[in-house]
Amino acid sequence: MTEPLLRVRDLKTYFVTEHGSGTARAVDGVSFEVQPGETLGLVGESGCGKTVTSLSILRLIPEPPGHIRPGSFIEFEGRNLLTLEPRELRAIRGNQIAMIFQEPMTSLNPVFTVGDQIAEAAIVHQRLSRRAARTRAIEMLRLVGIPDPQERVDHYPHQMSGGMRQRVMIAMALVCHPKLLIADEPTTALDVTIQAQILELLDRLQADLGMAVMLITHDLGVVAGSADRVVVMYAGQVVEQAPTPALFARPLHPYTEGLLASVPRLDAPPAREHGRLHGIPGQVPAATAWPDGCRFHPRCPYAWDRCRAEAPPLLDAGGGGEPGTHTVRCWLLTDPRRRTPHP
Amino acid sequence: MAGAAVLALVVVAALRRRVRATAPGRRFFRHPTAGLGLFVLAFFVTIAIAAPVVAPYPPHYQIDIAHPDRPPSAQFLLGTDPFSRDVWSRLVYGARVSLGIGAVAMLVAATIGTAVGAVAGYFRRWVDTTLMRLVDVGLAMPRIFVLLMAVALWEHIALWALVLLIGLTGWFGTSRLVRAEVLSLREREFVAAARALGAGAGRVIFRHVLPNAAAPIIVSGALGIGNMMLLEAGLSFLGLGVPSPAPSWGNMIADGWHKMAVAWWSSTFPGLAISLVVMALNAVGDALRDALDPRKEAA
Repeated sequence: MTEPLLRVRDLKTYFVTEHGSGTARAVDGVSFEVQPGETLGLVGESGCGKTVTSLSILRLIPEPPGHIRPGSFIEFEGRNLLTLEPRELRAIRGNQIAMIFQEPMTSLNPVFTVGDQIAEAAIVHQRLSRRAARTRAIEMLRLVGIPDPQERVDHYPHQMSGGMRQRVMIAMALVCHPKLLIADEPTTALDVTIQAQILELLDRLQADLGMAVMLITHDLGVVAGSADRVVVMYAGQVVEQAPTPALFARPLHPYTEGLLASVPRLDAPPAREHGRLHGIPGQVPAATAWPDGCRFHPRCPYAWDRCRAEAPPLLDAGGGGEPGTHTVRCWLLTDPRRRTPHP
Repeated sequence: MAGAAVLALVVVAALRRRVRATAPGRRFFRHPTAGLGLFVLAFFVTIAIAAPVVAPYPPHYQIDIAHPDRPPSAQFLLGTDPFSRDVWSRLVYGARVSLGIGAVAMLVAATIGTAVGAVAGYFRRWVDTTLMRLVDVGLAMPRIFVLLMAVALWEHIALWALVLLIGLTGWFGTSRLVRAEVLSLREREFVAAARALGAGAGRVIFRHVLPNAAAPIIVSGALGIGNMMLLEAGLSFLGLGVPSPAPSWGNMIADGWHKMAVAWWSSTFPGLAISLVVMALNAVGDALRDALDPRKEAA
């Protein structure tokens, strides 16, 4: 295995809540790696800590109330991002690691033209002149497939549709050719047809520019189409981690299983529950009070005594390849006969 | 005078035609008093700029010291004052001083207020606490007495120093307003996006946060100029502001007020000018507030 581009080890990002009523352990010991050029899917329901994880990597967590606990470790190309000076950090943001946000409607500054905003990173990091930056912005608009880039460069965000704005966001992020792009639910706010276009665009740009992409989503369909590997998060922890084909063929964590079962499919008749779409019962618990034992046990159809008492570690599921290729945080791995739901 | 009025009318009409095409422009002129206010302001600004052309006499020129307090007539449009100076000419030159002081003082106040508010709102924590306690102290001080003390300390205070003082004691409200605006803007996603792009604090504040807070700053500035002018008029009336014989509307009232009973014109007209301009500024400020409020966009 080559040296990873990004290595996150035991990341803990906690938030102190108002009135001192407790600490929200939004991200609680997350570890994963991103290889150069690969697409890593980060999957989970809302409130699992996906976004906090990505914001922690760029150290954009608002402090206070948030803080990254000592002992956490985020290494990018061999440098620990958590110990960098603000100046060094700014040199990485937007230049080496770029991020695109969920809401293209609110992530663009309403009072500047899209050209100004695309050019901004180039001006900040590469000290381009205004004219050169403008040329660059037009180039980027063409790259992300916006027609009439010469005209569009002078438009304001409110003159564009959601899909176009998301393309502009991508253009902004890619202006400096980052090595890692963090895409936080880049398609959630868009129509399905536009979603497909944006994902195709990301795929194409990734191949052209050779960057790694961290794709954060709650949509397994998006992951199946784009990601090489998948990390499934639940309640601030990684619960399963596997290459995409393996995960879809053999989901081992009951949570992953539930997520997959709740994706509507056209190719297989919905056999379970009299033709109704499956859902995972209950909700992600509050981050101030994770359940004892396995954090998924209140919603798990297989849970038994051990799950309530003891928190499972990440266990190797084997299944071909090197150790650590497919890991699962579930006691079922030690006792596979229990994989039959309670009546 | 008629020339200035016509010019002011033309300016208002042209402006109206120009901005009619935009939604904020329509909202501005929908205000019943906005056009009138704009006309009054345009009129006074015109005579202030064109003072040597508009005024028939130099402001200090004593026409006939043996016969002061002449009533308004064709020769002396607004009469003459107790020192036998043409009131209209002094009013015209006084517009330069009074409007100028108001505008410059507000500019000083708005700049400081915006800077302090932006820094406090953006950095929060101890920076915010420190600055806002300072503002509390500033707001708690009776401004007119601070100014009186300062003026008393420096006998014959220079005009620029007076303007600076008025500005320096007038930024507290603006800073509160800007801070509140920045507190909400800093949580917006495009600010996070800018930071993710590698923009530093200065860049984020000046390029991303403040331009979005421009509307309330402009409105409070327009409303604030009136206050600044009133303050200057008050100080000048007390004889502590603009020193005589230089004309300001405040000291013109002071020059004429002890003869109110026999020669009402030398105090009344500058007083009227102050009231008109301050009312006009308030009307325009109100209309601007409506015009620049993005929440009205849907209506």
